[in-house]
Parts: sequence; C-alpha cells; structure tokens
Amino acid sequence: MIYLKIFWAFFVPGILGYGGGPASIPLIENEVVDRYGWLTVHEFSEVMALGNSLPGPIATKMAGYIGYEQAGVLGAAVGVFATAAPSLILMLASLGLLMKFKESPKVKRMTISVRPVIAVLLGIMTYDFFFSSYESVGMWQTLFIGAVSFFLMEKWKVHPAYVIAGALVYGGVFLGG
Amino acid sequence: MKQVDIFVAFFRVGMLGYGGGPSSIPLVYKEVVDKYKWMDSDEFGDIVAIGNALPGPIATKLAGYIGYRVGGIVGMLNALVASTVPTIIMMIFLLNALNAYKDESWVKGMAAAVMPVVAVMLAVLTWDYVKKSWESTLGWGWTLLFVVASLILMEFANIHPAIIIFALLLGALLKKDSRSGDQGKKEKHST
Repeated sequence: MIYLKIFWAFFVPGILGYGGGPASIPLIENEVVDRYGWLTVHEFSEVMALGNSLPGPIATKMAGYIGYEQAGVLGAAVGVFATAAPSLILMLASLGLLMKFKESPKVKRMTISVRPVIAVLLGIMTYDFFFSSYESVGMWQTLFIGAVSFFLMEKWKVHPAYVIAGALVYGGVFLGG
Repeated sequence: MKQVDIFVAFFRVGMLGYGGGPSSIPLVYKEVVDKYKWMDSDEFGDIVAIGNALPGPIATKLAGYIGYRVGGIVGMLNALVASTVPTIIMMIFLLNALNAYKDESWVKGMAAAVMPVVAVMLAVLTWDYVKKSWESTLGWGWTLLFVVASLILMEFANIHPAIIIFALLLGALLKKDSRSGDQGKKEKHST
C-alpha cells in the first residue's frame, strides 16, 4: 500500500520534528532516501533547493511534492495530511492543558534536549551533500560554489532564491560540458 | 466574509514567508493581530509558545488552530489549504519542468551546481542548532556529549533517529525538576 507508506514516511518526521518544519528535513530525508528509496540524495537536494527558493512552509512543500511524485494528487494529500494533522490535532486537543504548563521546565526541556540530535542529523546531511557534490563536480568546483554562496547568503544577506538562480545559471553554462 | 478573510490572510502568509514555517511567524502575527484583530498579541504569544512545545511544522499548527478559532472546522481546513497548497502546486510544476529536460547536459550542470549551495544552507542550519543548543541551559558540555553520543548511535550503531529522540523526550519529561539544589551536577548550568 503506497498510501500507507507515504503516510508513515511523513507522519514520523511530523511527530518527531521539534522546532518547526526545517528541523524535520533530515528526518524526511531519512525516510524518503534511506528507508523507502523514492529519491536519491541528488534528487532530494534538488527538491530542497527549489523548496528553499519558493515561499511557504518547507515541510508541507516537500510532503506535497514527494507524495505527488509517488502516487499523484491523492499521494500529495496523504503526505500533507500526515505532516500537518497529527501535531495540529494534538494542539487542539491539549491546548487547555498546555496553557497551564507552557512555562513548565519539563516542556522547555523537551525542546532543548532534542536540539543536539537535530544538529547531528543536519550535520550528517551536510556531509552527504558535500560528498555527493565532490563526486559529481570535484573538489574545486564544490569549494568555489560553496564559498561564494556562503558569502552571498550569510555575509551580504542575499536572498537564497537569487543565489539558487545564480547557481543554476553558472551550472548550465560552465558545468554542462 | 470571514472565510474569505481567513483564506486571504493565510494565502499571503504562505506566499510571502521565505525560509520555512518558523520565519513566517511574524507574518502570521501581522495578519492575525494587526490586520484582522482576531486576537491580541498576548494570546498570539501563548499560541506560538504552545505550538513550539509540540512537535511538527509550526506554520500548519498556527494556521490550523487560528483558522479553527475564527471559523470552526471549515476555517481550519481553509487556513491549511491557503497556506500550503499554492506553494506545493508551484513546486510540482517547476520540478516537473526541470525533469522533462533531465538528460540535457546543461540541466545536469544546473543540478550539480545547486548541490554545494544546499550543502551550505544545511551547514548554516546545523551551526544554528549547535549554537542555540549551547546557549540554552544545556551548556556546551552537555551539548558536546549529546552530539557525540547521538552521532555514534546513529552512524555506527545504525539506530533510527526516532528512537533517540523519543528516549530524550521521555528523559526530559521524567527527570525531576531540580529546584531544591540538592541535585548536584547540572546545577551550574541553570539560573
């Protein structure tokens, strides 16, 4: 049952991703690349690049697109539902209770203690992406593109959408041969 | 028309929020508190705090809950659709257009050039999380310990990240609050 798989692949990141959509990206990668093999690391990077240069929440964009590619419109709907519904239902059901405990050290500690694990997951993905880039265009191109985009985005605060667009043009012209 | 307002408010949030859900929180504030006055800023702050305490994407939690408050179940579905569907459609169209020319060498070049950019984005996000982690009550010592331990467990022992996260959540929930001061070692990190 493909729909069940799609549901599961996005339910797990949705329910474990503390700190909003971006925190669940490595968990999504873990399911769709490592576990179900729907995308390669390369394809995942394209989805993420485009996802980051378009507006809107990132987790549902990925769920919608990947669900659609696997099983059409219904697949997209299942992916988005699995991403958004469990945490929303939890929120509606427990709001009264949580209002009382929102300042509780336990609740704060839950978010805090998960952060290092998310950092590790993101770190592993970073390594995967650099390595896969090294394999396809070599070390110098990887370092060059990486360094330029770092300075553009972090130092001069250029919007990621423009940096991605610039990289696409550069790649089309210089790396196409 | 309330439902139209809900749709317009969350459509704008979805189309203008770059960088994922968390960066769109101020946009939601602008619509919900400043423009439509569905709630005051204290209440909005409470909802964000609770949303952050629960897992899952923050954008859909906010849209769904506020939509529900303002317009019932229909309002909830309305807000969810408005904030997610337009960008998903854009995504599907653009990626399929790209895939149609997949085998052209210039498209391969484009895809290759995007990899290092995404890697840099991830590196920055990683650093963000590390920094936030040691600036919190965990401190750098515990952060380092957690980082090394989870790296070993995931990469070398092949344990699914879900299990580690679940164990940590359980630990955080069950640990006694050490406000009396007789609980020794973690005391120096707290206020």
